Amino acid sequence: MRITIRRKPYETASIRSSLPLCFERAMTHLQFTGLVFGISAVAGCLGALTGLGGGVVVTPALTVLLGVDIRFAIGASLVSVIATSSGAAAAYVREGYTNIRIGMFLETATTIGALVGAYLATRTPTAILAIVFGLVLLHAAWSSSRGHPRDVAGREDRLAERLRLNGTYPSAQGQQHYNATHVKTGWGLMFGAGTISGLLGIGSGALKVIAMDQAMRIPFKVSTTTSNFMIGVTAAASAGIYLGRGYIEPGLAMPVMLGVLAGSLIGARQLVGARVRVLRWIFAGVVGAMAIEMIVTGARGIK
Amino acid sequence: MNSFDDVKLEKIVAWLLISGVALSALVVLVGAAGFLSNHGSEPADYHVFRGAPQQYRSVEGVLGAAGPSDWRAVIQLGLMLLILTPIARVAFSLMGFVLEKDWTYTALTALVLAILVYSFIAPH
Repeated sequence: MRITIRRKPYETASIRSSLPLCFERAMTHLQFTGLVFGISAVAGCLGALTGLGGGVVVTPALTVLLGVDIRFAIGASLVSVIATSSGAAAAYVREGYTNIRIGMFLETATTIGALVGAYLATRTPTAILAIVFGLVLLHAAWSSSRGHPRDVAGREDRLAERLRLNGTYPSAQGQQHYNATHVKTGWGLMFGAGTISGLLGIGSGALKVIAMDQAMRIPFKVSTTTSNFMIGVTAAASAGIYLGRGYIEPGLAMPVMLGVLAGSLIGARQLVGARVRVLRWIFAGVVGAMAIEMIVTGARGIK
Repeated sequence: MNSFDDVKLEKIVAWLLISGVALSALVVLVGAAGFLSNHGSEPADYHVFRGAPQQYRSVEGVLGAAGPSDWRAVIQLGLMLLILTPIARVAFSLMGFVLEKDWTYTALTALVLAILVYSFIAPH
């Protein structure tokens, strides 16, 4: 078995980008802008509700549906991640969902992890990693769709107490208190999430939600909103590189950014009334599809 | 007693995120209006990767080109403001934790900010 790719897994998808399914050529900037705006608004709405960021939907939609080159799509989706994150986060912070302390504490893990990942990127078989990561996500999608029996309680954790990670969040029954647990495990998972985003060049919103929701037992809505809050920083760290490489094309990134922003603001308004059960299903569906895509692209890299 | 607390910090962070996003969206919208009214009927083609033109790849380039003669540079300027927003958020949180005299979080936030700055200036 020889591993031949050093590229980011999404880049193998450029095979597909030469075969657009519809909307071949001959679109004017005006039509193109309108269409991309609409797609991005849907993506932004999903991204804001699930804490995944919206890039998950934007990249494949641009490449598969519109035949956009994968590098332009990655650049635009990176910008869109920052737009969802900041747009929705502003609303969530003000409404009291986002836990700024959990976010700041865990950002040390994701940023250090991202540095380590970027360092490892040149000497690690990313194809195998993509497959392993895909399998992890697949498992996470499955367990997340089932949820835990309790969404609020949680044992005391001394580290969480010291770092003041416990908090409250608004619900239909008024303010609910919650405790964060397994803080060290959560930090470790976040470090892994950061390393993977440094290695594979993907925002790891899925792993962030999973670390907070499944390991630290933080309520789902707090997990997704805090993930949303954090991914802006993750994305901003790599945006500089993409800008310098010319991946961020203004004519394409403009409708993506505006669309995702509009969608994320609509999504943020839906969160208070949204049922956790439904959110979990959407989350599991999107993550499951993403996992399969990663496994397939990874498998293509090993020949 | 501390006059600065988490509630105030949350308000400042929310305000900063809103203004950062609103400002960048406004600049992008202005650029989009100019771009589409001048080039809206020309064909859009992003099938082949040529890379964004050189002047759109750096802050200096964009600042030099932005204006009525180059609307896409105006869009790019707005996108750069957007990228700056989360970084500014970390910097403001740092000041907030200093005012709260919460030294644990001051150290944690300073670490995150240092890594972010490093990732921007480190050679890639």
